[in-house]
Amino acid sequence: MHSNLVANHNPTMNILVCISHVPDTTAKINFTADGTALDPAGVQFVINPYDEFGLTKALHIKEAQGGTITVINVGPSTTEPTLRKALAIGADKAVRIDAIPTDAITVAKELKNHISANSYDLIICGQESIDYNGQQVPAMLAALLEQPFANACVGLSLENGTATATSEIDGGHATYKAPLPMVIGGKKGLVEEKDLRIPNMRGIMSARTKPLEVTPATEGEGPTKPVSFEKPAGKAAVKMVDAENVDELVRLLHEEAKAI
Amino acid sequence: MTSKKVIAVTGSGTPAAELGGYGADHIIQIGLGSTAMGIARQLKELSAEVSGIVIAGTSLGRSLAPALSALTGGALSTNTISLPLSASPLQVKRGTFSSKGIETIELNSTLPIVSFVPNSIGLEAVAGEGNIESRDVSSNDTLEVVSTEVASGKVALPEAEAVVSAGRGLKGPENWGMIEELADVLGAATACSKPVSDIGWRPHSEHVGQTGIQVNPNLYIAIGISGAIQHLAGVSASKTIVVVNTDPEAPFFKAADYGIVGDAFEVVPKLVNALRAFKAAS
Repeated sequence: MHSNLVANHNPTMNILVCISHVPDTTAKINFTADGTALDPAGVQFVINPYDEFGLTKALHIKEAQGGTITVINVGPSTTEPTLRKALAIGADKAVRIDAIPTDAITVAKELKNHISANSYDLIICGQESIDYNGQQVPAMLAALLEQPFANACVGLSLENGTATATSEIDGGHATYKAPLPMVIGGKKGLVEEKDLRIPNMRGIMSARTKPLEVTPATEGEGPTKPVSFEKPAGKAAVKMVDAENVDELVRLLHEEAKAI
Repeated sequence: MTSKKVIAVTGSGTPAAELGGYGADHIIQIGLGSTAMGIARQLKELSAEVSGIVIAGTSLGRSLAPALSALTGGALSTNTISLPLSASPLQVKRGTFSSKGIETIELNSTLPIVSFVPNSIGLEAVAGEGNIESRDVSSNDTLEVVSTEVASGKVALPEAEAVVSAGRGLKGPENWGMIEELADVLGAATACSKPVSDIGWRPHSEHVGQTGIQVNPNLYIAIGISGAIQHLAGVSASKTIVVVNTDPEAPFFKAADYGIVGDAFEVVPKLVNALRAFKAAS
């Protein structure tokens, strides 16, 4: 065999992509009358955008070197259409851990239990879900699994069982190397917006017959409890300033808003 | 009687003494690990000495806080925007649904961990000096830092006190000079809308909005951005919002404190001059 082929040989990858089921980015957010939960009336749910970049990256890896993509969600049966959509986009199988989790550590522990019982080379999460915005599950999962972790990951390449990850850090970028398996908290940049895939009819049809396994929850309640939700206070009406009079804007910013 | 003490942990080589001026009684300097997970393992070693942990919501802190929570079992609130509403039970407010909602959360744990959104809590200087102690705490992680690149002389977006952001109304990347000039006179970070980063006029790291960076500066100036709901979700926590747009019907005006209907190419240079005059006079 040619030595270069040996050096560049990449084994097929068993990839897990963690999927959150979240309100669409354009959704108007309302809470139930008692203020204890999101009011789902009229809200369309989608794959968390950060996770969608991760799923698409997983498809790119699979297409380049072969492998299997499993998508997983910790949630009630209402999240299954979102998992089916991930299957229609190209994931091979789906797992739903049947729970109504109230905090990130519970989700991370359920995921850890699944991952420990299976064997994944790479675990891709979105860096955060656009509903609870905790940015907690990926780092918790990596800590529980004792696996390396790259958050805000905008670039990932794999070679010979080693990952090279580029992450956004405050004011710049960091590049990391780690042995697989590892956990990624990904975002746009892993793939570009134009790379995202819309399920086609063939994908939707095949998603119906792909396995979606439901497993019972194993963890109890976590140590945090949501008490209530509210909408932020509305803004006062905008003050318009004449385009010819920017000095007035400077005055308002200084004297009224105390912003400069 | 239990004595209450504030312990600050910093890396060696950081100016530890000034932390006493913000309420730290005791300052522990350690040789910080190079990764969030490495530092989380170090802090776990120290965690037995404290009854609560506060971590800044910087890019490092956003990985460190959840890792530490998982390692210690301490209950965690991230994206926190308020001081505690009550101490027992410990309740704080945090941003959710991309700033379209605010959650009150209760942390039931002997080791609550709270990570704050940068800029959300003001600084409070106190008279005091902390005593400084150096400690050896080993760090380990299988993640290796190959390189870091941080733009020098630029204000980091997530922590910026002022942000100047521009959208497709600028018509092309070659017109960003005046945005940088406006940012420069304000000491502001520059940012952009999602379409602008998607078409490659500006880097992704400047994309502010629901799936980009969420900011909460004192002053957010939006130039030529119409104000899609996803963009507003990333900026609505800003204290003062100024919108400049040619279209009087741009939805962003509804979310703004001050608005100017006008052409960016005329308004921005005038605003730069007016701000320079203001700075010179004050």
